Amino acid sequence: MSQKTVRLVIDGKEVHAAEDETILKVALENEIDIPTMCYLEGLSGLGGCRLCLVEAKGMSKLFPACTTPVSNGMEITTNSERLLKHRKKVIELLLSERTHICSVCVANGSCELQEMATRFGVDHVPVVRRWTGFELDMSHERFVIDRNRCILCTRCIRVCDEIEGVHTLDLKMRGKDAQVIMDLDEPWASSYSCTSCSKCSAVCPVGAIYIKGKSLAETKNRALPEFVFERRKR
Amino acid sequence: MSFLDQDERLIDLSEKIDLVYSPIVDIKNFPEAVDVTLIEGAVGTDEQLNLLREAREHSRIIVSLGDCAVTGNATALRNTVGENNSDLVLKRSYVDNATIQPQIPKQVPRLLKQAYALHEIVKVDFYIPGCPPNADLINYMIMELVSGRIPNIDSKFKYG
Repeated sequence: MSQKTVRLVIDGKEVHAAEDETILKVALENEIDIPTMCYLEGLSGLGGCRLCLVEAKGMSKLFPACTTPVSNGMEITTNSERLLKHRKKVIELLLSERTHICSVCVANGSCELQEMATRFGVDHVPVVRRWTGFELDMSHERFVIDRNRCILCTRCIRVCDEIEGVHTLDLKMRGKDAQVIMDLDEPWASSYSCTSCSKCSAVCPVGAIYIKGKSLAETKNRALPEFVFERRKR
Repeated sequence: MSFLDQDERLIDLSEKIDLVYSPIVDIKNFPEAVDVTLIEGAVGTDEQLNLLREAREHSRIIVSLGDCAVTGNATALRNTVGENNSDLVLKRSYVDNATIQPQIPKQVPRLLKQAYALHEIVKVDFYIPGCPPNADLINYMIMELVSGRIPNIDSKFKYG
């Protein structure tokens, strides 16, 4: 069965794509840069962080590029004043939601949130900030989870479910109170299903899940989480 | 310290500015009219709060210098133990963990219930984030301001 090909325009460039591809995938294939945070190649799309929002001509609402499929004749803008404003606001809100103090964080210097804040010119957080005091779970012999640094991108949950295939991690509660939990909200050490594979720490964009005694720069290969691609190819 | 990291550029700088107030000058009161005030550190005590308000009133431009001023940084970590945490942290620091004469000091400025970033208290005009803040950025900021230009630090700074 042959796939239908569609034609669309992204940032003035005419591109061809398969019908079931997302805007983000097509943009990446054509070397058009769209910033992302919760998206990770090889994992299912979430559309949660709203950093990859793009404009489509003729539509007033914005679309998350990572979950929106392309269609014939679309005209997409990935970089406008309006989008930049929204992206900056997204970062400001993420920074305000929990306790993000870079100087005491293992991810300082290799953090995607920090990187995006720098990129979008967030030199301060203009909204009222929350100070969360969630307790650290350091029970596991290798890993730590600090929910105060979590931005709820759920990459860890998706990698645990879709790649490792055990679904140890999930979310409890909703909105600002949402937290990543192990099994039925148990201490990590007593999790029955966790295989200690460390994929969750490898995909964490911030310093929420990390390996004890190591900085993220040492443990994380952000540019190429190869295990994600390798498993998908099979 | 980061300010001093401007090194030899301090000599050029000293020709362009008059340093009228700092924690290490002899003047006790904040001067009447200041063009640019760089303020570092979070607002943690009533004394700091009053000084900040005074500085705002008498300065044309306020620059938030460094992560403690911009975000509260490590000094604001006390905010994570609750909204009204001054009694808690004082007890923890001076009573629970003290081995000699456990008592809460009375002769020092009173802790506010939280630590705040400067812009959460007064209007701040420019920000120099970073822990520590970058000396090149400090120099750029001051030079632009003394030249009468509006500094744009986009792509020159690193958050946090």
